[in-house]
Amino acid sequence: MSAVATPEPHVERTAEAPLLELADVGRDFDVSKPWLNRVLEGAPRLLLRAVDGVSFSVRRGETLALVGESGCGKSTVARLIVGLYAPSRGSIAFEGVDLSTPGSRSAVPQIRRRMQMIFQDPYASLNPRWRVGRIIAEPIRVNRLLADEPSVRARVGELLRQVGLTPDDAEKFPHEFSGGQRQRISIARALSSNPEFLVCDEPTSALDVSVQAQILNLMKDLQQRLGLTYLFISHNLAVVAHISDRVGVMYLGRLVELADAKTLFASPAHPYTRMLLDAVPDLAMSGAARTPVAGEVPNPLDPPKGCAFHPRCPFANARCEAERPTLARAASGTQVACHAIEEGRLPPAHR
Amino acid sequence: MSEFARRSDEEPPLEEGSEIASLEREASAESRIEAADRTSLDALARIWDHDLAYSFRRSPVTIVAAIVALLCIGGAVFAPWLAPHNPYDLAALELNDAFKPPAWTAGGTWTYPLGTDDQGRDVFSTILYGARISLAVGVASVVFAMALGVAIGLVSGYIGGRADAFLMRLADIQLSFPAILIALLIDGVARVLLPRDAHNEIALVVLVLAIGISGWVQYARTVRGSTLVERSKEYVQAARVIGRHPLAIMVAHVLPNVTGPVLVIATIHIATAIITEATLSFLGVGVPPTSPSLGTLIRIGNDYLFSGEWWVTVFPGLALILLVLSVNLLGDWLRDALNPKLR
Repeated sequence: MSAVATPEPHVERTAEAPLLELADVGRDFDVSKPWLNRVLEGAPRLLLRAVDGVSFSVRRGETLALVGESGCGKSTVARLIVGLYAPSRGSIAFEGVDLSTPGSRSAVPQIRRRMQMIFQDPYASLNPRWRVGRIIAEPIRVNRLLADEPSVRARVGELLRQVGLTPDDAEKFPHEFSGGQRQRISIARALSSNPEFLVCDEPTSALDVSVQAQILNLMKDLQQRLGLTYLFISHNLAVVAHISDRVGVMYLGRLVELADAKTLFASPAHPYTRMLLDAVPDLAMSGAARTPVAGEVPNPLDPPKGCAFHPRCPFANARCEAERPTLARAASGTQVACHAIEEGRLPPAHR
Repeated sequence: MSEFARRSDEEPPLEEGSEIASLEREASAESRIEAADRTSLDALARIWDHDLAYSFRRSPVTIVAAIVALLCIGGAVFAPWLAPHNPYDLAALELNDAFKPPAWTAGGTWTYPLGTDDQGRDVFSTILYGARISLAVGVASVVFAMALGVAIGLVSGYIGGRADAFLMRLADIQLSFPAILIALLIDGVARVLLPRDAHNEIALVVLVLAIGISGWVQYARTVRGSTLVERSKEYVQAARVIGRHPLAIMVAHVLPNVTGPVLVIATIHIATAIITEATLSFLGVGVPPTSPSLGTLIRIGNDYLFSGEWWVTVFPGLALILLVLSVNLLGDWLRDALNPKLR
């Protein structure tokens, strides 16, 4: 913290050990036909690279958002981090402890307690046959955080109040609540084991716009009070602008840009980020010409060679088609994976 | 038909509902893992009552089936108090009274309302006692098949991969043989393996195992299908993130959400199991003739069918038909009533 005068604030902050670090993480899914079909029909083995070579780190207390179109692998990254999937390549380290080898999570149960997840669909993320109190108390009981039943109950009541519900709600079933209230229950469950790091997989995308704002404000409020760190997965740029400190943009399983939220929204670097931001409707009706998002996301089973974005990129050249760009630090301090930016042939953004 | 509908409409709805609720609880009691949540079950039962009670009132066939089934089950359960004679009490049997025809025909007496068999046993009493054994074997083998099938289906659906492929191919292989053949096979193997004098004592156990093992596939397949759906839901993933053991997730999270269709299958399966038991007993590999089930009675009577003593086999047959048909109709109704797509 002594080096406040350094012109490059990122360098000074990364000196502090990150809470979570992903290094070259990849995950393949086997989508080939069953064994019998492969033998009889000669169908090939098909691997879907859902996540490919993703590296980033999350600093304590910040909110890092991952954005991208459907199917770009952002949810897979979230599930890799919490251990629902094991990575095919690369390493995931939580406070320097490698989580990527199978079985390491059970060896470090403390880490599991400190990392929790909030899910997308509040209608599917709560067991319909369980009472709310039992749902919220599950992490406490599994991790044996509190010894006796009255203190568990008291803690559940406290958690419910913390997320804006009442302790009496513990006796109800999930179906007695609205979507927003269910998401509050989901947050209470995630908080019940006193975690430091929350992975939020599109926590507001299934909610009404008015309720979205309430949930986002609750999450911001909880972050300040409890010193939480968020990894926030979303496809909604307005939500991301509201909540995040830094933003990573993903395309076809790869990270194409990683920047401070302010920088990213003010001057997006990567052509794909520009395209995404251009597609956001302009409420001010400024009449600025918007470039519509051109083309389709390519088939992830057969991603384009070189830069995955080159078929849709207006600035692509022969090098983009052949050579895969790597994430490199650009002049503005953001990290971008783009040959055109590296070569300086990209025109400045027209925002 | 309309008489039934009118009568049931006049009945106070509360009584109707509580009757269903008790049936419901009876049927589901064995599969409930969390007995501690009794209040939540009551609440659930209340919610279910509305729809179920309504569809029950609307279906005269179901009401008749319920009455007949209750009569059959009641008769079987209370046989020692209801039956005029005790067919197991060999000392009380009068061989002179053998082959007495039913009371309303020439030569019949009201001492033996449905006549007597070759050993002078009262047919009505043997039917009551026989239904007892048939029902006991049917229910026990269904419970056994259900426990086996649900466990295999849960593991298969939740773990997936090679274990799933192996278990489901096993199920496929078993399905390619008729259930009765598998039951015969198991029964035969058990008879060879066990000492001769132990046969009669453990005949019932072997029968339950044989029928149960031949019936698990249906449960396993249904539960596996539902488990595949539930497993991908986020509440199961949440439990995994929390760090619960897979077994705990299967039992505490998935199982309560897949039991609905299992109960329906079990109800219908009880009828099938009773038939299978009757078939095995008819073929002579079931329960011993000293404590006859309905199937044994039919087999015994079958020998005298063409010599004129028709009542020895016809009445047990009728009792079997009534019992199986009413249970089957109840199962059908339960399936339709619980299936929102058929409403």
